[in-house]
Amino acid sequence: MAHELTGLEKLAQAAVDAVQPGAQVAPGVERADVDAVNKKEEGVFYKKRVPIHPRRAYGMFRRLKWIIMFATLGVYYVTPWLRWDRPGPSPDQAVLLDLPNRKFYFFFIEIWPQEIYLLTGVLILSALALFLFTSLFGRVWCGYSCPQTVWTDLFIAVERFVEGDRNARLRLDKTPWNAGKITKKLVKHAIWLVISVMTGGAWVFYFRDAPTLLLELATFTAPLTAVGFIALFAFTTYSLGGLMREQVCIYMCPWPRIQGAMFDEDSLLVTYRDSRGEPRGAHKAGDTWDGRGDCVRCRACVAVCPMGIDIRDGPQLECIHCALCIDACNAVMEKVGRPPNLIAYDTYNNLTATKAGKHAEIRFFRPRIIIYSVLMVALSALMLWLLMSRETLTLNVLRDRNPLYVTLSDGTVRNGYTLKVINRAPEDRHFIITTAGMPGTSIAMTGQETAAIDVPADDIGSFRVFVSGAAPAGGSHGLTIIIRDDKDGRIVSEDTTFRGPDR
Amino acid sequence: MATPQIDTKTGQQTTGHEWDGIQELNNPLPRWWLMIFYACIAIAVAYWVLYPSWPLIDSYSKGVMGYSSRDDVKADIAEANLARKVYIDRIADAEMSEILKDPQLMEFALAGGKSAFGDNCAPCHGSAAQGTTGYPNLSDDDWLWGGSLEAIQQTLLYGIRSTHDDTRVSDMPAFGRDELLSKDDISNVTAYVLSLSREGQKPEAVTAGATLFTENCAACHGPDGKGNREFGAPNLADAIWLYGSDRQSIRATVHGSRNGVMPHWDGRLPAETIKQLAIYIHALGGGE
Repeated sequence: MAHELTGLEKLAQAAVDAVQPGAQVAPGVERADVDAVNKKEEGVFYKKRVPIHPRRAYGMFRRLKWIIMFATLGVYYVTPWLRWDRPGPSPDQAVLLDLPNRKFYFFFIEIWPQEIYLLTGVLILSALALFLFTSLFGRVWCGYSCPQTVWTDLFIAVERFVEGDRNARLRLDKTPWNAGKITKKLVKHAIWLVISVMTGGAWVFYFRDAPTLLLELATFTAPLTAVGFIALFAFTTYSLGGLMREQVCIYMCPWPRIQGAMFDEDSLLVTYRDSRGEPRGAHKAGDTWDGRGDCVRCRACVAVCPMGIDIRDGPQLECIHCALCIDACNAVMEKVGRPPNLIAYDTYNNLTATKAGKHAEIRFFRPRIIIYSVLMVALSALMLWLLMSRETLTLNVLRDRNPLYVTLSDGTVRNGYTLKVINRAPEDRHFIITTAGMPGTSIAMTGQETAAIDVPADDIGSFRVFVSGAAPAGGSHGLTIIIRDDKDGRIVSEDTTFRGPDR
Repeated sequence: MATPQIDTKTGQQTTGHEWDGIQELNNPLPRWWLMIFYACIAIAVAYWVLYPSWPLIDSYSKGVMGYSSRDDVKADIAEANLARKVYIDRIADAEMSEILKDPQLMEFALAGGKSAFGDNCAPCHGSAAQGTTGYPNLSDDDWLWGGSLEAIQQTLLYGIRSTHDDTRVSDMPAFGRDELLSKDDISNVTAYVLSLSREGQKPEAVTAGATLFTENCAACHGPDGKGNREFGAPNLADAIWLYGSDRQSIRATVHGSRNGVMPHWDGRLPAETIKQLAIYIHALGGGE
């Protein structure tokens, strides 16, 4: 943790920080003309957004971010186009949220609304994974794989491609409007819009057969809902990724507020090692490094930061731990001939230990890590078990309550039941209905000779059956309704009651 | 008038108001917020012009679009009727036995019958056709005038003791009120009727009642009291009693007769609806 600066020190620091931009702060290292727009001192109540123009970073983490960006975007755009052969009338799209038919298909898994707890389980599992990874490596989710980060990164890449890197963009912003500037801005926004529309477009393919929908879109016959959602997601992608960027993370997202509870002294966070960096100052070739810190005040870390913060201020809410400042600083350290990782993934424990001249190993086996891991393993096992033992046949019995029972002319009593039979198997099934638990009952269905039903593949059938029998003593008696698959002999039953007059 | 000042701590303008030494900073709203606010006002004004909005003394401002939610409802109803017409026409053309065999038509008939039943029949027969004293239970297997589809349809069309010319009609004499039988005779006949469905009646009363029954009742209710649907004469030997099964109720029936009335629906409900009702009632569990 950065040591608390006194007010006087802060003033002095600000004065030194204000040296001429562009000046050589170390041999071959130019001072960046940048100010951390979200630096700590800017504590005003309402502030106009100052655009951030992050400089291109080069290094290991930047490469990692490119890879993750292509992987996540690839998964997002390609997934709806994967096919998966399913028997029967089920759709052949690998991942499909079939809302009209209330079914969710994921490769070999098919989820009905009754099994929505599986989806809940996935969400809980995701939350636990988020907790675990945040405890271990800080905000890796924010820094690498959050859609906001990925699309913002993509949009900045486009911006850089069209308008040039940070300095060129700053210059462009200052130049008056001319043909060149208008062209560049138009091209940039056009590409952004294309990406946005594609993003919204990819979204709707998850909800409808992708090739069909694409054809419908191409021939302007797509349902209005699809077009509406494409427009909505195009708008959010464009505004959140292109225009609002870091504002989303700082002001809209609750996660930065929650993450503080996830970190502990052994979490690997993107950290400025102030004990090594301070006191900072410009460095001339040939000067000694003794008695001074390694930070040459080049502000490369600030220039590359997409959140507009100064990592040297210590851990802060705005930091998404994207590690680009590590790349930027390492490049400078290499240039000035100092060891890398002045800014690095480090733990608070190690940071304080370093100050005392020691080294603290990361404790991976900490209670919270163990608890999160155990919970995740347990939940995964539970979900796997639920999935494996998934029932393809379910029977629900709803007893008529109006009337409770009907007295028949021979003095016996008849009860009505509605049977809901869920057939999740991909084939039509035929069932025989019988009862148990009450001797002497008979079962009948309106307009049928026998109590037998057909349920089509992947469907729910609703059937009325009448059970007649002697009026039970005490007004009610347990009754079990059984359905038996004609072909494979599978039996499913449900307990209910049989009622008569209270005598 | 309060004078705005600059707050020395924050450099912000204050509103100039002061309460017990506490001043309020004047933080302007974000511009996007203001823009949305103004846009809302503009939209509201546009809405006044386009849509009905302002109450006037005896009417309201109609708006230039001529929009009315009632027209929407009318259009929706017309559309729904149009969609239903396909099935209704098919039901009108089909024999009821054919409808039973067509799952699609059957589903439509049952749904339409249920809805028509709720609107027209439930006040007397109950929401689940369970009936009550004087109003028959339509879901059991006991029928006064017959439980086949055709019999149910006929009852629905022409009613029972209704004002229709083709009504089903029968008249049980009021044996007591019209002094056809003495008080004791009525007690004996009641004992005999009770003996048809349960034990424990006085044997001498039953024997006396049996003779009286043969002379006065058997013509309609049958020699064994099992009833006759020709005349809507109820089965007296079963477990179902329209006006109560206790001695008192039966005596009252013999004394004053009952002669319940069901209105005719021919000419009041479309023929297709009556068909749907017949199918619905037939499917309640007691259809024959």
